Amino acid sequence: MSEYLLDVKNLSIYFFIQEGTVHAVNDLTFTLKPGETIGLVGETGAGKTTTALGIMSLVQSPPGMVVDGQIVFEGRDLLKLSEAEMRKVRGSKISMIFQDPMTSLNPVIPVGDQIAEVLLLHENLSAADARIKATEMLTKVGIRPERAKEYPHQFSGGMRQRVGIAIALACNPLLLIADEPTTALDVTIQAQVLELMKALKVEFNTSLIMITHDLGIVAEICDKVAIMYAGSAVETADKYELFRNPKHPYTIGLLNSIPDIEKDEESLKPIKGLMPDPMNLPGGCPFHPRCDHATSRCAEVVPPRVEVAKGHFVKCLLFEEGGA
Amino acid sequence: MNDILMDVKNLKKYFKTKKGPLHAVDDISFQIKRGETLGLVGESGCGKSTTGRVILKLIEATGGEVIFEGEDVLKLNKKDTRTFRENAQFVFQDPFASLNPRMSISQIISEPLIINKKAADKDDLMKQVRKLMDTVGLALRLENVYPHELDGGRRQRVGIARALALNPKFIVHDEPVSALDVSIQAQVLNLLGDLQKELSLTYLFISHDLGVIKHVSNNIAVMYLGKIVEMSDYKSMFLAPEHPYTKALLSAIPVPNVDITRERIILEGDVPSPINPPPGCRFYGRCFQRKDSCKDIDPELKETTPGRFVACHVVNEGKA
Repeated sequence: MSEYLLDVKNLSIYFFIQEGTVHAVNDLTFTLKPGETIGLVGETGAGKTTTALGIMSLVQSPPGMVVDGQIVFEGRDLLKLSEAEMRKVRGSKISMIFQDPMTSLNPVIPVGDQIAEVLLLHENLSAADARIKATEMLTKVGIRPERAKEYPHQFSGGMRQRVGIAIALACNPLLLIADEPTTALDVTIQAQVLELMKALKVEFNTSLIMITHDLGIVAEICDKVAIMYAGSAVETADKYELFRNPKHPYTIGLLNSIPDIEKDEESLKPIKGLMPDPMNLPGGCPFHPRCDHATSRCAEVVPPRVEVAKGHFVKCLLFEEGGA
Repeated sequence: MNDILMDVKNLKKYFKTKKGPLHAVDDISFQIKRGETLGLVGESGCGKSTTGRVILKLIEATGGEVIFEGEDVLKLNKKDTRTFRENAQFVFQDPFASLNPRMSISQIISEPLIINKKAADKDDLMKQVRKLMDTVGLALRLENVYPHELDGGRRQRVGIARALALNPKFIVHDEPVSALDVSIQAQVLNLLGDLQKELSLTYLFISHDLGVIKHVSNNIAVMYLGKIVEMSDYKSMFLAPEHPYTKALLSAIPVPNVDITRERIILEGDVPSPINPPPGCRFYGRCFQRKDSCKDIDPELKETTPGRFVACHVVNEGKA
């Protein structure tokens, strides 16, 4: 077996709709070792969530379809599994935390029962044992066990997200996908939830895919980062390498757009223009219309994935081997 | 002329609820100098949006004074309120909800001009609209499109153009960039900064994002549960926060830099309910520096060093 828990190779996911084809994920490649955390970073429409749903085989089809690539998890290509086999993986080996804890929990079932539900499905437990395990999980995420009988609306946003984490970790998954888990929360509550996730990740020895638009969270919690733009990872590197030595013009632009609380700058250096429409991506490098370094070649050639330093991959013609 | 444009004194706004009065804004005072920006920061439910709405008379205050250019706007009659509103405008958070989907961009921007009879004729109106679109960086070809055809950043520019239409002196920005992606957020923040310089505008900038607040503000006020807990110029606020809540808030921001490690203060629990708040310091339940006396006596906002105000017994005793 390979050293990787998850090996995503050349993944492409398209949505075929009446108006045309939406290229949501394009030739995406990244890997994840056991216990590692990768941050998928990008702006709205970069394909982060579609990637997560693709790994879970939850892309709605039709109109969505994985048109190319492999998602190798524990040595098996998830794309080749039947729905019945996939159902055994989902929730037990790979589970997910969603952005909005209000809509992802069932409003008419007590939270304890919602945690017990996954346990009943995947572990060979009696209803009574599942309930006991569920209260244990609540304690682990910092909720008093007697609140197991309460409903989601009786919890605050941060507490609800803790319930989501308890459900996701109940079966001790190998891989946890967190889709913007703290975006809906206030900063002090976000700090609590991130701290909890860090501790539980170590305790459960879970690999984590952290989907976020916040580079601060990446610096905080991740081991490595994939910067996504128009459905593709334009730059992938170890966290330290990426922040100290960013290469891709988009990564640099993104870092420059954030108001830095440590520094005192007169004006921000935003990236010009807008995200391209995934139905109508520009030819060549998808970033070239917004890029300050673009040449005429950038409009024609799709940049290959080049390893500029060990484990640091960039998709940009500036770093093409033998190129400029 | 007085260089303080907006002087808010003991402003209160309580909402009636079944469980008792909700103290959304509870006795806050601040001043904004002409041409400057006061950043109002705090978490959900701390009363920052209510403050912005009350001082523009979008909702009625329960008590206090809002002195704008020497006059208490809360006492103005209907006609004078209209004049005040020409001078004081509002930019909303959600550029999806704050623009009428059935009106084209030029109709949206021209509406305040028509209502206040600021255009001599149709040509003059369109001339003014085009000038405003140009000011906020909207391409003229967009004048006949509808809001749903625009992305969030452009929509927010429409909202800004509408707010600028009547040449206001003062604008309340309520989370104007929170719904935008970072690269677009930076474009809009730069625009707001440029406009402030060009048109010598005064801003009240409301946000939960401390990075954004620091970037735009001259002074910052931190709110917690309807109260201002700390107020100072932006530099000393970030270099040396004094109130324990400010300290925790600043330490909680994830910083996009791997070479800075900061000590993190994790607060216990959630923000308590503003309905029937207990006596004493509002932050008592979550404070990591609390003393017994904090539970009973509400700390006043006191000037600890010139230009710096803190409402905390522990900090104020240390200074006394």
